[in-house]
Amino acid sequence: MNSALIIIFATIVFSSLLGIYAGRKLKMNLENWTVGGRRFGIIIIWLLMAGEIYTTFTFLGASGWAYSKGAPTFYILIYGALAYTLSFFILPALWKVGKRYGLHTQPDFFIKRYDSRPLGVVVALIGVFSIIPYLQLQLAGLGLIVEEASNRAISSHVAIVISFILTCAFVYTSGIRGAAWVAVIKDIMMVLAVAIVGIGVPYIYFGGFGKMFRALMEQRPHHLVLPGATAHMDVLWVMSTVLLTGLGFYMWPHVFGSAFSAKSAKIIKRNAIIMPFYQIPILLVFMVGFTALLVIPGLENGDMAFLALVNKTYPTWFMGFVGAAGAVTAMVPSAILVLFASILLAKNVYQTGFNPQASEERVMRLSRLMVLVITTFALVFAIFLPQELVFLLIFGYDGVSQFFPGVVLGLFWKRVTKAGVFSGIIAGIGIVVLLILGGRDPFLGLNAGFVGLIVNSVITISVSLITKPSVGGFKFSTKE
Amino acid sequence: MQKGTKYALLMAAIPFVTLVFALPLVNRIQPLVLGLPFILFWILSWVIMTPLILFIAYTLEKKFNAPEEGDEE
Repeated sequence: MNSALIIIFATIVFSSLLGIYAGRKLKMNLENWTVGGRRFGIIIIWLLMAGEIYTTFTFLGASGWAYSKGAPTFYILIYGALAYTLSFFILPALWKVGKRYGLHTQPDFFIKRYDSRPLGVVVALIGVFSIIPYLQLQLAGLGLIVEEASNRAISSHVAIVISFILTCAFVYTSGIRGAAWVAVIKDIMMVLAVAIVGIGVPYIYFGGFGKMFRALMEQRPHHLVLPGATAHMDVLWVMSTVLLTGLGFYMWPHVFGSAFSAKSAKIIKRNAIIMPFYQIPILLVFMVGFTALLVIPGLENGDMAFLALVNKTYPTWFMGFVGAAGAVTAMVPSAILVLFASILLAKNVYQTGFNPQASEERVMRLSRLMVLVITTFALVFAIFLPQELVFLLIFGYDGVSQFFPGVVLGLFWKRVTKAGVFSGIIAGIGIVVLLILGGRDPFLGLNAGFVGLIVNSVITISVSLITKPSVGGFKFSTKE
Repeated sequence: MQKGTKYALLMAAIPFVTLVFALPLVNRIQPLVLGLPFILFWILSWVIMTPLILFIAYTLEKKFNAPEEGDEE
């Protein structure tokens, strides 16, 4: 047994036990399981949101893009800052509505605001279809990291099965609170790993950032300006992509839902202020990718750049530490994705769509059953059909972004109607599917999801203006 | 719209202007600042400025908006 193996295994087991322990004293009803009883303070909300956002893909993808694509990778640094700025206005308003009406999920909001169960079911289904490939991506990343870091002592399949079953165990017992507690370990380990490697490698090979960049500019003068090493990821592509991902960011059902777990609207607003600080580690991840391009050029898969360079530079036990950090970095978002996919299916597809009379206990039991079902399916796909779902991924961000007009106009504009939002979402999704399947992404240099979102917004607004407003029992402010 | 919200929205426009609409103007390597290519330096500075900008927006909202029910801790 090597030291890397022990570190990885111990971290996975310890994190899961902590996650299970997190829920020990709580009676698990829907409110505690999904939104943590709406009791999370600023630190835990910050760690939870960072836990959802900084995934294995950030780790491997941001360095991989820096390595293989160059400047287009900077978009990852930008869109978070835009998303947090928007969330400063959107999330507190959303939190208040959530508190007033006891909402747990994103479809809950649509159902309440637009007084429409069919709309809720459609939003829930689009949400689940976007979550599943995203979950697959986390599992694939986890397998890759652990297999590499343990020097193939643990195969990717074994790593995926063990850590995902443990993850689902703490989702089952503790719900979102379990994920929040494990996020603490994840954040400490990931930030340490990124800081050590990101500051370390440019220094070890070149004597500092500046010298590393100068060497890179001499060898590849175009790598560090757009479109970098790519053909069509130019300025316009970056502009439309950061706008789309910045707007779409909080429209992911799991990120949207976590906003409800804050203690107050003020907490969620203050959280928006400090979130951008979490972007700084991404800069260090870029440094690793750029250094890798100079030190180990010619890797077939750029996403391996981070791990390959760590392997070349550091001792085995540190590789184990990076592997362990990578594993928990996949476990936290996976936990939240499974949690929200389960609750969307149980509450907003089953209860909303088929059995509105179902009791809360029944929905809770069904949600937990769904955790087991999704776990099983995700494992089967990850092991036997790893490639089958990857194509769905490109639809994920483009798909959830189409909720943006319905959420934002729904919160701030009384005139927006059910018919408007319904037709806008359908049109937006339709455009995205057509463009992507027709091979027209990017379209005129613009991101396909962005084109869909523009059409969606225009249709939502114009259809709303010609249909009769209906807000059901929905109140916009406590003062009414 | 309340006055504080208006000021806060104006502050919030800053990251969108600098990090999206200004990109065509800053897509270059020279001059190097702190060893970073100019485009990376520009993006990084405005990302780091965002918390400060939002903090000012927060203060403005607090100062000019009437306190709303549900805003307490």
